[in-house]
Amino acid sequence: MTAPRVRVQEAPFDPAAETAALLGGRTDIGGIASFLGVCRADDGLEAMVLEHYPGMTERAIARIAAEACARWPLAGCTVIHRHGRLRPGEPIVLVLTASSHRAAALESCAFLIDWLKTRAPFWKREEFASGETRWVEAKAEDEVSAARWEESRPAAPA
Amino acid sequence: MRVLYFSWVRQKVGVAEEEVAPPPEVTDVAGLMRWLAGRSPGHAAAFAEARAIRAAVNQDFATPDRHVGPGDEVAFFPPVTGG
Repeated sequence: MTAPRVRVQEAPFDPAAETAALLGGRTDIGGIASFLGVCRADDGLEAMVLEHYPGMTERAIARIAAEACARWPLAGCTVIHRHGRLRPGEPIVLVLTASSHRAAALESCAFLIDWLKTRAPFWKREEFASGETRWVEAKAEDEVSAARWEESRPAAPA
Repeated sequence: MRVLYFSWVRQKVGVAEEEVAPPPEVTDVAGLMRWLAGRSPGHAAAFAEARAIRAAVNQDFATPDRHVGPGDEVAFFPPVTGG
């Protein structure tokens, strides 16, 4: 498999171009699963500001991606996470996982986004039209989603 | 020792990072938090909710009993909210 591609950036990304880059003309890939996280306009949200820890954030994501590659038979994977000020409707995060069969691609994609939520150093601050700002609090349900991957092992590849 | 703060911890402390030289009896993350809390009212406010704060030592997540010493990079922040 090719090494995971991990990027933390302020600039937007192009999911179609990233998908094509992951395929890269290979013919052993049977499917690519994707998750595109988008900034949602809850409660009159005007913008979401994502803070990160330069250096640690990249390392943490690379480690999570390496864990996905160790647990599932992946041909490759891509994780791109943005930081800075994002408006509603703008993409925040892209996870792509490629495998010869769909189960590995779908499961590892869900694993990656669940672990990103709870183990990647990002902090979201919401800005509202009123001028009010609020730090987003970690959700217990995200911990539950991430914890389900602690015990379960992937099914053997078909 | 370099200490970094993120999110509301940074806002309460009032700086994003600082160089500190804690006394030798400060040997772990929990001890460092107690010592930092005494540096200013902002630090005290930030570390008042010690259980709400997570730490990293040299860019790896760290538990309160993790050893810290001169030359380490230690970061304090709330639980992460990425994805």
